[in-house]
Amino acid sequence: MRLSEIAVPNTLLARVAEAWAGVPAFGWLFWLALAWIGMIVFAAGAADLLPLPSPTDMDMLARRAPSSFEHWLGTDRLGRDMLSRLVHGARISLTVAILAPLIGLLIGGALGILAGYFRGQLETLVVAGVDVLLAFPPLVLALAVMAYLGQTVANLTYIIGVLSIPAFTRVARAATLSIAKREFILAARAMGATELRILLRELLPNVILPLLAFFLLGVAVTIVVEGALSFLGLGVPPPAPSWGGMIGEGRESLEMAPRIALLPALFMFLTVLSFNVVGDTLRAHTDPRQGAA
Amino acid sequence: MLGFIAYRLGYLVPVLLAVTLLTFLIASLLPGDLAHAMLGDQATPEAVEALRRDMGLDQPLWWRYLNWLSGIVQGDFGRSFRTGEPVLRAILARLPVSLELMLLAEVTALAISIPLAIHCAANSGGAFDRVVTGLAFAKLSIPNFMAAILLIYLFAVELRWLPATGYVPLDEDWLGNLRCMLLPALTLALAEWPVLMRVLRSDMITVLQEDYITMARAKGLKSRRILFVHALKPSSLTLITVAGINVGRLIGGAVIVEYVFALPGIGRLLLAAIYTRDFMILQGVVLFVATGFVIVNFLVDLLYAVLDPRIRHAPK
Repeated sequence: MRLSEIAVPNTLLARVAEAWAGVPAFGWLFWLALAWIGMIVFAAGAADLLPLPSPTDMDMLARRAPSSFEHWLGTDRLGRDMLSRLVHGARISLTVAILAPLIGLLIGGALGILAGYFRGQLETLVVAGVDVLLAFPPLVLALAVMAYLGQTVANLTYIIGVLSIPAFTRVARAATLSIAKREFILAARAMGATELRILLRELLPNVILPLLAFFLLGVAVTIVVEGALSFLGLGVPPPAPSWGGMIGEGRESLEMAPRIALLPALFMFLTVLSFNVVGDTLRAHTDPRQGAA
Repeated sequence: MLGFIAYRLGYLVPVLLAVTLLTFLIASLLPGDLAHAMLGDQATPEAVEALRRDMGLDQPLWWRYLNWLSGIVQGDFGRSFRTGEPVLRAILARLPVSLELMLLAEVTALAISIPLAIHCAANSGGAFDRVVTGLAFAKLSIPNFMAAILLIYLFAVELRWLPATGYVPLDEDWLGNLRCMLLPALTLALAEWPVLMRVLRSDMITVLQEDYITMARAKGLKSRRILFVHALKPSSLTLITVAGINVGRLIGGAVIVEYVFALPGIGRLLLAAIYTRDFMILQGVVLFVATGFVIVNFLVDLLYAVLDPRIRHAPK
């Protein structure tokens, strides 16, 4: 998982990032990924308007039914419509996957920019806080909070959001450090701009692009984390469908109907891959290290 | 060099203290009374009160934390609230399983990534390189739990070569043990090879442009010898470091993989402690996992500084 790679010394981080830089000469793949994301987002948004059966209605006479006119992708082990569950699962997965990194982007981004711009004790404090959060096993925090605070989609979003703060802080700080020394910041200061104006008008527009590219990678990571928690039975509360939960449930039918586990796995793979492709392409275009050289 | 070590070591203690404090706070502040949960709904308030006193739950939070901390310093991790088993013994009993898994996974990951990386670096930009790079990028989008299900489906359900879950102790039947460790180790190895491969490939492409490689070629050395003897060692600095960090992560067990394959390792202990609210076990395991992670990270930092002098002389 990419978030955990951030827990390494900066020099090493740079080496790992270097190894990945320039990977994608994507082109058509980028547009294909964008199209898949668009389709999933549309299906998730319009899930209630589409002519789909209910995702939670059980049909005990048609358990693990193969695909038919009635159930296009068949039914799961409780006779629930697979296509409908996949589409409604996309709705929950995407809601969490977009809102959680948004928390990280706002809090982590702000902390990183302030630490990278003002330096000093504030920076020491922020960096130490990030190190503590990174040394703490993230799954433990998520599992403990979900087990005790209650399994709701809101709690799931908060906890994954908090866990994503350190990574965003690091990206924002690194980007700020490389930009804060540039001439246009000095020029703004010489013209008498206030710190607030420099932060908002000069720094932010330059830092926001790498942050947004990282946000897309964060969406991909969040889909995976949410999937893992739901797979363990501590994520999205049943009977609401989520891709991770569906894979976990489908595991019990692996012998009789592998489709029940493999279909949500395929959906999750394609979606995560698409966000990775789009995020990585944008990251390659907005990497401050190239502009700073 | 000594200053560098002291600086890094001095940094470890507050980080670990903060981690344990965080665990303690999470475990203690979350709603739900442990004594009540243990005795069930029919328990009288007196019995609940007595049990709370017994477990020290009636003491203030800071006092319990200091108590626990002074126990740790003396090597006493406390006892499980549920079974009364000493926490340290519970951890040590499950450690070999997680260590074996980590070792197998690491060896498999290196066995996959090193030959691929060398071949890709020697023919970078070629068709093979592009296919492997694409596969590595795609694998980043397959999380461990999904890879585990796919491997179980392929090797246990379709081919019927390996058991889907279960564990056989090593000293009972080493072949049976290997058979049930293979799929979990492969799951973890599949998660690691993309990063290892990319890192080694990119370093090796740089090394292959050095003058002494051209010199070796001019001497007429076989390209296999140049790649494995002359180029591999100087290219493997980042590889060693990344593999080291993975070791640090896996020392604490792999929660999801141990859960899917029903292996009795540290990860499963952790999961069980969360489900049953066994705070003492939870705190002990988190401290253990975080310490292992932080120490291995420190050693890797140190190794990196030994291998690359630019780091130990870098201004802080």
